[in-house]
Amino acid sequence: MKVLVPVKRVPDTAGEKKIDPNDRTVDRESVESVLCPVNEFAIEEAMRLKEQQDAEVTVLLVGPESAQPVVRKALSYGLDAGVQVVDDAVVGSDALGTAEVLAKALAAEEFDLVIFGNQSTDARTCLVPAAVAEILGLPALTYARHLEIDGDQITVHREHEEGWDVVESSLPAVVSVVEAINEPRYPSFKGIMAAKSKPLEVRSLDDLDVDTSRVGSDNAAAIMYEFRDRPPKEPGTIVEDDGSGAAATQLADWLVEKKFV
Amino acid sequence: MDLTDQQQDLRRAVRELAASFDEDYWLRHDAESAFPWEFYHAFADAGWLGIAIPEEYGGGGLGVLEASLMLEEVAASGAAMNGCSPMHLTIFGLNTVVRHGSQALRAEVLPPAATGELHVCFGVTEPDAGTDTTRISTRAVRDGDEYVLTGRKVWITKAGESQKMLVLTRTTPRDEVDKPTHGLTLFLVDLDDDAVHLTAIPKMGRNAVTSYEVVLDGLRTPAATRVGEEGQGFRILLDGLNPERILLAHEALGIGRAAIRRAVGYARERIVFDRPIGANQGIAFPLAEAVTRLDAAELMARHAAMRYDAGHDVGREANMAKWLCADAGFAAADAAVQTHGGMGYAREFHVERYFREARLMRLAPISQEMVLNYVSQHVLGLPRSY
Ligand SMILES: Cc1cc2nc3c(=O)[nH]c(=O)nc-3n(C[C@H](O)[C@H](O)[C@H](O)COP(=O)(O)OP(=O)(O)OC[C@H]3O[C@@H](n4cnc5c(N)ncnc54)[C@H](O)[C@@H]3O)c2cc1C
Repeated sequence: MKVLVPVKRVPDTAGEKKIDPNDRTVDRESVESVLCPVNEFAIEEAMRLKEQQDAEVTVLLVGPESAQPVVRKALSYGLDAGVQVVDDAVVGSDALGTAEVLAKALAAEEFDLVIFGNQSTDARTCLVPAAVAEILGLPALTYARHLEIDGDQITVHREHEEGWDVVESSLPAVVSVVEAINEPRYPSFKGIMAAKSKPLEVRSLDDLDVDTSRVGSDNAAAIMYEFRDRPPKEPGTIVEDDGSGAAATQLADWLVEKKFV
Repeated sequence: MDLTDQQQDLRRAVRELAASFDEDYWLRHDAESAFPWEFYHAFADAGWLGIAIPEEYGGGGLGVLEASLMLEEVAASGAAMNGCSPMHLTIFGLNTVVRHGSQALRAEVLPPAATGELHVCFGVTEPDAGTDTTRISTRAVRDGDEYVLTGRKVWITKAGESQKMLVLTRTTPRDEVDKPTHGLTLFLVDLDDDAVHLTAIPKMGRNAVTSYEVVLDGLRTPAATRVGEEGQGFRILLDGLNPERILLAHEALGIGRAAIRRAVGYARERIVFDRPIGANQGIAFPLAEAVTRLDAAELMARHAAMRYDAGHDVGREANMAKWLCADAGFAAADAAVQTHGGMGYAREFHVERYFREARLMRLAPISQEMVLNYVSQHVLGLPRSY
């Protein structure tokens, strides 16, 4: 079985991000770039398929040459090979433009399964996995909190607010996973050492036959007109316990009011 | 002195793994004198313990620089010496076995050490011989294919968790050799024996890892457990001193980094007289000075590591690095306690733990005085004082 895991380079999730006022993209200098943490769940799931079913796993990244350490990081978990799409024309693409490039890059590979993280921690649109599946004409099994492969059938538990649905399809398919699906491992020492010597292919949009009228900032359907700093955190509500037991009632009322219970 | 991509990757990975054990984990293990098994296994399972063990024995075959970066990150995570000491000896201390052990001994010991299954401790110090190593009185007497060991070691870290001990003994009495450094012999003995008695030593800090008094009461060990030639033990030990100092320097550096991180966080947040205490230069300057000293000490430590790995003699650099880092680490921990005011004395703010462990780095395994003795004699060419 062949599995592809598309991954993204994002600004450190915990870091204070700044937007460059000139081009309205995230200022990459202001914060360290890392492998999107949600991708770690996709990688872990792929590693399990590798261990249990001998799957061959390739990581795919669309991003500038400077994002190569992120591919290497992904490989250090034990994946087999990497593909990186590097092209200046991609800069500033929106979710649909990115999906276009990813779909073409995936179509150039043989695969049975594509495992995405359900969202990236910088944009959080959750659009890309479904868009890619749509472009490729493949089943999309999104928000998976559990995944099982049996022959050429895949079953996932699709998470939603009330629980989950059991969704099945045949392979090949595109899934996106949520963080409840597993507990990602840490890269091992040997994995890091081996990552350097894993095959890594670099492709351009030309190589992939991507229609450039659909990618890049000029062709983005989503345009950012304005941005603002995150408002400071509002102080929370403090319920004082005066010993009379009134605090418990107040607390319960508050929980009901906020619809937590 | 830039690190390679690979060194940076390794360092980042250690940082992430170490961060999965928070400061409260260490506070708890220190308070309860509980060995940090979960932490140890996490590093062992991910293959880190073999980082510097040769590849032919299942290790990573990397140098003292990578090993040092790893232990520095462990210390800096807040694990401090409670995190470093469980792994320290495996990381580079078995170098004596790599370089001087027989083929059979290497094949027996190194692979399980690299996976972390085998724990080894190091027994040199005795009640009447610490700094003056040649005065040790633990005797090893040849008896056919065996040696019989009798004596008393102190401060032997991790002896209770270890299956084996690398132990320095005297095979020829001091008054029967030309030089006091002759007649000492190194063995790698099994500790699981009725002739071995352990007593834990209550101490000031690094309490997750216990150090023991170890009594050898006629312990029989096969001649094949000898490391190197009989009588050559001191020379073999000397071989490992410089990398040991380089590692320790980086560990001390890590403690200093952890202390500064805490102190800066507190100095920003603690409001006294309506402003953050960090706005007072009386608080800010000691921290600025501490980080300046740490950065300078780091340069010497890295320099020593890189030169050692390139095959140069690094007696000067390794000793200076150990002195500078132990000093800078302690100054940083002290400044961190002061920054916290009374809370610096409370366990929950962690800096008192760093203070207690940073203090250790100026004492053991080699005191600051003995480092200065080295520099006086070998760098300045002054007469030997002892
Ligand atoms: C927590 C801890 C863990 C340890 N773990 C181990 C271990 O695993 N294995 C092991 O073998 N040992 C271990 N040790 C022992 C440690 O290596 C010794 O304590 C250290 O080498 C100093 O020896 P000593 O205690 O006998 O000091 P002493 O030799 O008694 O020295 C006392 C003081 O006098 C100073 N001094 C002595 N001579 C001179 C001189 N000529 N010039 C200037 N100053 C001098 C010393 O610097 C020191 O400050 C450990 C110690 C501690 C505290």
